[in-house]
Amino acid sequence: MNFVSKHAIWWLLMAVGVFSLGTVALSRGETINALWIVTASISIYLIAYRYYSLFIADKVMQLDPTRMTPAVRHNDGLDFVPTKTPILFGHHFAAIAGAGPLVGPVLAAQMGYLPGTLWIIVGVVLAGAVQDFMVLFISTRRDGRSLGDLVKTELGLVPGIIALFGTFMIMVIILAVMSLIIVKALATSPWGTFTVAATIPIGMFMGIYVRFLRPGRVAEISVIGFVLLIAAIIFGGQVSQSATLAPMFTFDGKQLTWMLIGYGFIASVLPVWLLLAPRDYLSTFLKIGTIAGLAIAMIFVAPDLRMPAVTQFVDGTGPVWSGSLFPFIFITIACGAVSGFHALISSGTTPKLLDNEKNARLIAYGGMLMESFVAIMAMVAASIIDPGVYFAMNSPPAIIGKTVESAAQVVSQWGFVITPDILIQTAKDVGENSILSRAGGAPTLAVGMAQIFSKVIGGPAMMAFWYHFAILFEALFILTAVDAGTRAGRFMLQDLLGTFMPSFKKISSWPSNLVATALCVAAWGYILYQGVVDPLGGINSLWPLFGISNQMLAGVALMLCTVVLFKMKRQRYAWVTILPAAWLVICTLTAGWEKVFHTSPKIGFLALADKFQAALDKGEVLAPAKSLEQMQQIIFNNHLDAGLTVFFIFVVVSILLYSIASCWKALHEDKTTSCEVPYEAMPGVKA
Amino acid sequence: MFKDLSKFGKYLGQAAKLMVGLPDYETYVAHVRATHPEMPVMTEVEFFRNRQDARYGSGRSGGCC
Repeated sequence: MNFVSKHAIWWLLMAVGVFSLGTVALSRGETINALWIVTASISIYLIAYRYYSLFIADKVMQLDPTRMTPAVRHNDGLDFVPTKTPILFGHHFAAIAGAGPLVGPVLAAQMGYLPGTLWIIVGVVLAGAVQDFMVLFISTRRDGRSLGDLVKTELGLVPGIIALFGTFMIMVIILAVMSLIIVKALATSPWGTFTVAATIPIGMFMGIYVRFLRPGRVAEISVIGFVLLIAAIIFGGQVSQSATLAPMFTFDGKQLTWMLIGYGFIASVLPVWLLLAPRDYLSTFLKIGTIAGLAIAMIFVAPDLRMPAVTQFVDGTGPVWSGSLFPFIFITIACGAVSGFHALISSGTTPKLLDNEKNARLIAYGGMLMESFVAIMAMVAASIIDPGVYFAMNSPPAIIGKTVESAAQVVSQWGFVITPDILIQTAKDVGENSILSRAGGAPTLAVGMAQIFSKVIGGPAMMAFWYHFAILFEALFILTAVDAGTRAGRFMLQDLLGTFMPSFKKISSWPSNLVATALCVAAWGYILYQGVVDPLGGINSLWPLFGISNQMLAGVALMLCTVVLFKMKRQRYAWVTILPAAWLVICTLTAGWEKVFHTSPKIGFLALADKFQAALDKGEVLAPAKSLEQMQQIIFNNHLDAGLTVFFIFVVVSILLYSIASCWKALHEDKTTSCEVPYEAMPGVKA
Repeated sequence: MFKDLSKFGKYLGQAAKLMVGLPDYETYVAHVRATHPEMPVMTEVEFFRNRQDARYGSGRSGGCC
């Protein structure tokens, strides 16, 4: 086939992509249809996959289909199983997709849909998908070892331990911020609280059923569980109307926080089959099903974007989170553009199931492109709702007040005209008492999803059902993440403490198990609590901390990839990982520095602490604190957040220095020095 | 065509099971029979419980953020 006919279709696709992106980027004043964003992103993904990922596979990694993979070498039918690509793709995608790509874009929408959309598309092509692909490649060539192990063997013991501590802290922050999203979504919402609470007995019933009554019938019990969930949502509507039941399920943020902390502790010491496993079935299938449904519904409904392309808040004065476009948009949207957490998945189960190296391209690069598309859908869902409603839902009470009148007035002054009646009506439509100040992403996304789904099934009468369906869908996999994450954190902690006190290492020992679990829950529980009582609403301090830490992990993973390329003597291709690594290091260090030292109390942790300290010295009490003790508390919390940020800066800077040293050393070796498992021929494949 | 459809259904089922950490039982049995004929083969129920404990018992990260 000649050159032109081979590439013509891709040039055409390129033209479609550029034209759509141009329409998205250049339209000012008039509303545009969401399908422009969808078309632009899909065409760019396809082109990036066809050309850039092929370049990485052929030139940078030089994938070798004749080389044996760990799945073949260690095949045991259990942990190591050569798996067909479409099946493994599903497994990998289900593992990387979570709440992250859904929440980040919703928060980023305060600057308009354009900056976030561009970062999602460019970020995934040049950074996120590259990271996932490279880490899967490196781990596959090293018997499927984990990221922590890889850092240890390729960079050295000290950077390995630093990375392990860093990962533990990231886990703590993620658990806290995920729990905060649930608290924000369920506060004073009896309908939501009832349905989420109902998942606990439903999960336990499923657990007993699939463990003892009909062992292994996962599909059967998942269908039963799904029917029960829908029943719980419908009954939840009755609960919220009932004068006796509604108060039993109405809690404020602080009460929900304590309940979540208690839940996290109990759920993570229960046997896994009782609650964690069955709810994981539900949340996984619901997640995949809802994402697919949303994609179809979005194309079917083809909604218009009502949020402006760019709002005035790019200057850093936004009410949802503070800070200017650079660097903060690049840490607000983590998953969907690039997420360090994926490095843990790509070096987890996926390399142990890969049947042939050449399929890593579709699974890792392709899987990440798909996750990015989920982020695009979240951005669209946040941008099709009335911008006035968006800002009323996402701004803290300290800015917009506590009544619909004050909220409507403040938001209208920003130029997003809205009346109190619309705010009341929107809350009524979705079956809630109030939608004000529900920052955190989930409720906003739920309103957007409810608007899309109700246009396909049910009409306005079904809005409330779809809203609570969307809340449940998010809460379900966040709760799964909370107890799986607490368990993982506990094992990490036992491992770390075991280095100093060997008795801690015994995973089966109950005392050390309970102590490590309690420590882990206390760590995320405290950060969650301070987020709930935070004067600026919690998301403002915790989401940047999450973004900074998650992007730093991505930076660490990409630096590891760079070192490996140098050690393989492929340094002339190292720009593929140096470029995104450098960008992430720049963004996270700038954001980290600003979060600690910025002079505006809305951005800088220390500035906020100083503001409260100054008031405390004069004996004044600033809202939301109600006493001098609470003032002390807020000051302490901000110092703690500053300390955490400094710790993350330390992690990334030290790994950077170790990486540079390793690259320098590798450059002066005259042979390859990477620690790959030696080549073995794949049985049955001809070279 | 029906053959293709049932094959597609089988793949879909395998994919769904692997999403929650359950590899294919038949593949496991075939593997043990072929390579370790002397070893005992777990029953389907034992296999299910073994995989359930392996997925959640060893501190998995719990998916993405």
